[in-house]
Amino acid sequence: MALAVNDLKVWYRTVRGDVKALDGVTFEVADGEIMGIAGESGCGKTTLGKALIRLDTRMRHVGGSVVLDDVELPLADDGAMRRHRYREVSLIPQYAMSAMNPTRKIGRMIRDLLSAHNVRYADVLPELERRLELVGLDAEVLGRYPIELSGGMKQRVVLVLSTLLNPSLLVGDEVTSALDVSSQKAVARALVEFRDHGFVRSMIVITHDISVLFQVADTILVMYAGHLAEKAPAKTIISQPLHPYTKMLIGALPKVGDRYEEQQLEGIEGRPPSLLEPPAGCRFRDRCPLVHDKCAEAPPFRKVAEGHHVACWAVS
Amino acid sequence: MLTLTQLDKVYKTGTFGSSDLHAVRQVSLDVQRGEVVSLIGESGSGKSTIGKMVLHLLDSTGGSITFDGRDVTKLGFRARRDYYRKVQGVFQDPFSSFNPIYKVDRAFETLRRSYFPRVSSADWRKRLEDALGAVTLEPDDILGKFPHQLSGGQLQRLLIARALLLDIELLVADEIISMLDASTRIDVLNLLGELKGRGLGILFVTHDLSLGNYVSDRVVILYKGRVVERGDTSAVFDDPLHPYTRDLLASVPHLDRTWEEVEVEEAERTERLAGRCLYHEAVAGDGASDGGEVPDGVGLVEHAPGHFVGCFRKAAEEPCPAA
Repeated sequence: MALAVNDLKVWYRTVRGDVKALDGVTFEVADGEIMGIAGESGCGKTTLGKALIRLDTRMRHVGGSVVLDDVELPLADDGAMRRHRYREVSLIPQYAMSAMNPTRKIGRMIRDLLSAHNVRYADVLPELERRLELVGLDAEVLGRYPIELSGGMKQRVVLVLSTLLNPSLLVGDEVTSALDVSSQKAVARALVEFRDHGFVRSMIVITHDISVLFQVADTILVMYAGHLAEKAPAKTIISQPLHPYTKMLIGALPKVGDRYEEQQLEGIEGRPPSLLEPPAGCRFRDRCPLVHDKCAEAPPFRKVAEGHHVACWAVS
Repeated sequence: MLTLTQLDKVYKTGTFGSSDLHAVRQVSLDVQRGEVVSLIGESGSGKSTIGKMVLHLLDSTGGSITFDGRDVTKLGFRARRDYYRKVQGVFQDPFSSFNPIYKVDRAFETLRRSYFPRVSSADWRKRLEDALGAVTLEPDDILGKFPHQLSGGQLQRLLIARALLLDIELLVADEIISMLDASTRIDVLNLLGELKGRGLGILFVTHDLSLGNYVSDRVVILYKGRVVERGDTSAVFDDPLHPYTRDLLASVPHLDRTWEEVEVEEAERTERLAGRCLYHEAVAGDGASDGGEVPDGVGLVEHAPGHFVGCFRKAAEEPCPAA
């Protein structure tokens, strides 16, 4: 088992109280698994990714544990986490490609990054060049400035540099967003290839774009308002979702070929609840067509079939 | 209603404008009433530039834009105001379209001040409620709120309501749903479909093919400022001809097929069209009339009724693959 997250709670401190962005999530990622996390903005998917690396000053680890390769990660201890970062868990944050130092050549920037982790640039250079080639980039990009590369090229550089030390787990947050479809495909394919080559053991891919997850992920986890809604193999989530939220979310996505005149798709009425004072029970119940009395109590995230977990009372 | 004829836009770039960037090349297209035309292209294709030229936010370098037969490429201040009564735009980021320190009502107030100074308050309130109703928003939930209190989808619909208050005939929708969540995206798309049913013409600028396909009647595929293919949505999506369109369609992440499956399906078509150029074949076919003279690769030929395709080169500077 590469990653086991147990009842993890991470809240944000604000002047108006705690925002319960991640409120008790439990799941596992197997060795070699690419798990996609999908959900609307504000569902806690980015918080989950960030929590596995570093809690910023507003974030508070309220409870639960994260075990990676049988070692519990000291989430709340910033200093102790340093040993795990980059070597064992690596994160590609949102907009990473725009965060490269514009005044440094890419090779120099990677050298700085490695030296911060006590690794000699010369030792990994051959491997670095090999991997750049693998994602379709020439080794001469190391001598270029970020501004000279396109978005898709930058994103591939980011992918290579964040996995250079072969981490057990890579968390990619919106790595394919803000790219053109052809670059998106190249980056998404590179993700799968890196897993296949064993550069990273397991991966968590966070995105709002479910169709990209269907292409790259083995399993998809759907989150809603800080809770888990459903986790299942990618094909099952798309073709036989069980949770009403997943059903409505998939139903709101036009496939190529769907036409407004022939078949009108429907959005989901309403908005997710405020996470400052989230209602007790199922958090989707205000928007749910299947709501009943039982929903005032929070449904457990339980197994309904092999590899298929759902948090809904209406699903047996 | 709206017709673009051989529209050009050249940006000056480099030191002191020493080099030219041809952002839009000889683009011709039209939008009729009650129709959605999607302008599809990746970044740098010139799709937003075209939208902005239609909205008179950018000057064109060559060619013409006519609205109901009237040239609107050069308008004075007064004429422009009249033009904006009929043509309005909504843009990508709803949060930056509103001033965050004012309530959203202000977007309507400024409109009233400029265009309807003589309308009474009661009458204005009535119109406002009608417009909000048309975009399926409850006035009581919306008015008096600040932008941060509303969702992206609500703000985007508010902006459309603002455009509707002017009784417009053409809406330029530039990437209006790319920043919205999947669950609210479809509501805005359905709204476009409904407005179309009420006779509005919509120029829908997008990079997302599945969204472009969902609402549009016709699509225009742009690559580096050039129209490479255009036609009825179903014709272009079912039988993409230009190599760029084929690549683009093969790169779209589908929800029911993997990329590998799509590639297998496309292999046959790619095989059939490899090394060919339907444009030059067609031009050579009726060749004699213009002496086989081929314009500089920006023209289109009608491959099937209502389905036009340009020379199979990708960028305008490249050689034709069949040459």
